[in-house]
Amino acid sequence: MNSDVTDFASLAPAYPEMLLAVGAIVLLLVGVVINKERSLLVSYGAVLLLLVVGSLVLFAPAEGVLFNGVFISDSFARYMKVLVLGGSAFSLMLALPRAEEYGTHKFEYAILVLLATLGMMAMVSANDLMSLYVGLELQSLSLYVLAAIKRDDSRATEAGLKYFVLGALSSGMLLYGASMVYGFTGHTNLQEIVIAIADEGRSIGLIFGMVFLLSGVAFKISAVPFHMWTPDVYEGAPTPVTAFFATAPKVAAMALLVRLVMDTFQGITSDWQQVVIFLSIASMVLAAFAAIGQKSIKRLIAYSSIGHVGFALVGLSSGTQVGVEGVAIYMAIYVAMTVGLFACLLSLRTENGAVETIDELAGAAQKRPFVAAVMAIIMFSLIGMPPLAGFFAKWHAFLAAIDAQLYVLAVIGVLASAVSAFYYLRVVKVMYFDEPVRDFEAVPAELNIIIGVSGFLVVTYYFTVGGPLANFAHTAAGSLF
Amino acid sequence: MGLGIELGHYLTVAAILFTLGVFGIFINRKNIIVILMSVELILLAVNLNMVAFSAALNDLQGQIFALLILTVAAAEAAIGLAILVIFYRNRGSIAVEDVNQLKG
Repeated sequence: MNSDVTDFASLAPAYPEMLLAVGAIVLLLVGVVINKERSLLVSYGAVLLLLVVGSLVLFAPAEGVLFNGVFISDSFARYMKVLVLGGSAFSLMLALPRAEEYGTHKFEYAILVLLATLGMMAMVSANDLMSLYVGLELQSLSLYVLAAIKRDDSRATEAGLKYFVLGALSSGMLLYGASMVYGFTGHTNLQEIVIAIADEGRSIGLIFGMVFLLSGVAFKISAVPFHMWTPDVYEGAPTPVTAFFATAPKVAAMALLVRLVMDTFQGITSDWQQVVIFLSIASMVLAAFAAIGQKSIKRLIAYSSIGHVGFALVGLSSGTQVGVEGVAIYMAIYVAMTVGLFACLLSLRTENGAVETIDELAGAAQKRPFVAAVMAIIMFSLIGMPPLAGFFAKWHAFLAAIDAQLYVLAVIGVLASAVSAFYYLRVVKVMYFDEPVRDFEAVPAELNIIIGVSGFLVVTYYFTVGGPLANFAHTAAGSLF
Repeated sequence: MGLGIELGHYLTVAAILFTLGVFGIFINRKNIIVILMSVELILLAVNLNMVAFSAALNDLQGQIFALLILTVAAAEAAIGLAILVIFYRNRGSIAVEDVNQLKG
């Protein structure tokens, strides 16, 4: 094959990735030259870079297949990249106040977030098993280090170690699956695999490979039964890092899963559907019940995020364009809610330090009414109360399942959602009806802005961003069919 | 492939190595270094698979993939050992049973 890159202009679909890669290296250089432990220039530069790359993806669309077919930029990739970049940018902002306490003041933190984001963009745009793997590893290797960034803290290093071991295992499973798919179709390019499956039909080796490949990705989106690392890592890692873990990497891995099943394995839909339906039901049900007994607020959020992955997979299970649209909208709303939730969590502090357990939130409504109100709104949105954003997320996902006549799945989803209301409402109850034990510190301005924006989007979703978002998601889903 | 060793044999060996690696991670109750070795075993099993398929299909892509896996595996081992070192500094132990602060 001859190279398809003839001049710089033909690289247009990959401009965002190139800008991010060069930007990350330049900022690394700046950090090293300044030679101080904390560099605000690097931190704000990184946020700015992410926003610039995000607007490049959004407003300067260039689509096409590049580099001998290993890289694809289509509407779906662009949609997911905007989410990934937004999630990364906001979680980087969350890490700015009181950074010394969380260990995120080192300039390497911002660089690692940028490199992880670059890996996620490569995952979202992967059109070959090789680029998929390399993108995934660039993301994962950065995330392992980020989990342990507070290196003098024994809980953070334990989180990093656990994440590393299970992450490496999941990469191994994904690779084993990739090798089987390669062996039984003879190709690593995703489009060629589609053609090979259409020509040769399904074989037991291909199904085997597909299941391993999906298991590896299920680890990354933390779907049950591959979720066991999530509560430990979320609890042990510094809170701003947890906020990052809960947003951008999940979106990227979900985008990868959607592309794999809807595009690459479209010839064996009935086989992957069984896997995805199982993951979906297991995630929703386990998360709903396991979260009830949690005392740590971060563990609660971890189980909540496992549950939300299950709900998003309800949409994907349908295997239709409406389903992909549902997943896309779900992930967007999930990111908005999660960023807001972590901003609230980071801003609620007593004189003993950051709030760790749910009981410590007692009386937050009296001392910090604004933060408590937005946190309560986000909790109601996570349950799926209309007219908040979370309701529309679930509505799109369940609608797709009902269209595809997966009634049992939809009913289990609604029941799991009802059970999960219990633990979300417990947080609201503690904040509003328990007597305050300690006073809460003042909230930094940056966090107030993020809390305000997230709360506004969640409340007015239907009237403001809902329409444009649904349109964008519709175009994005359309590009996979 | 001469000597009667065919694709199936390579795949069997790779599958056995892969299973050993996975069991090494879950059954091992002693030392985290053994877990890192198990991870390497899994990646080597995959490489064997890749190269065997590549030879059987008479196609180069599998070998290129194997080279990429080797490179990434080296980076992964470096990061894993670095995390292990800071873990040891904090706890003074690398026994699997001491990785127990986070649970619930």
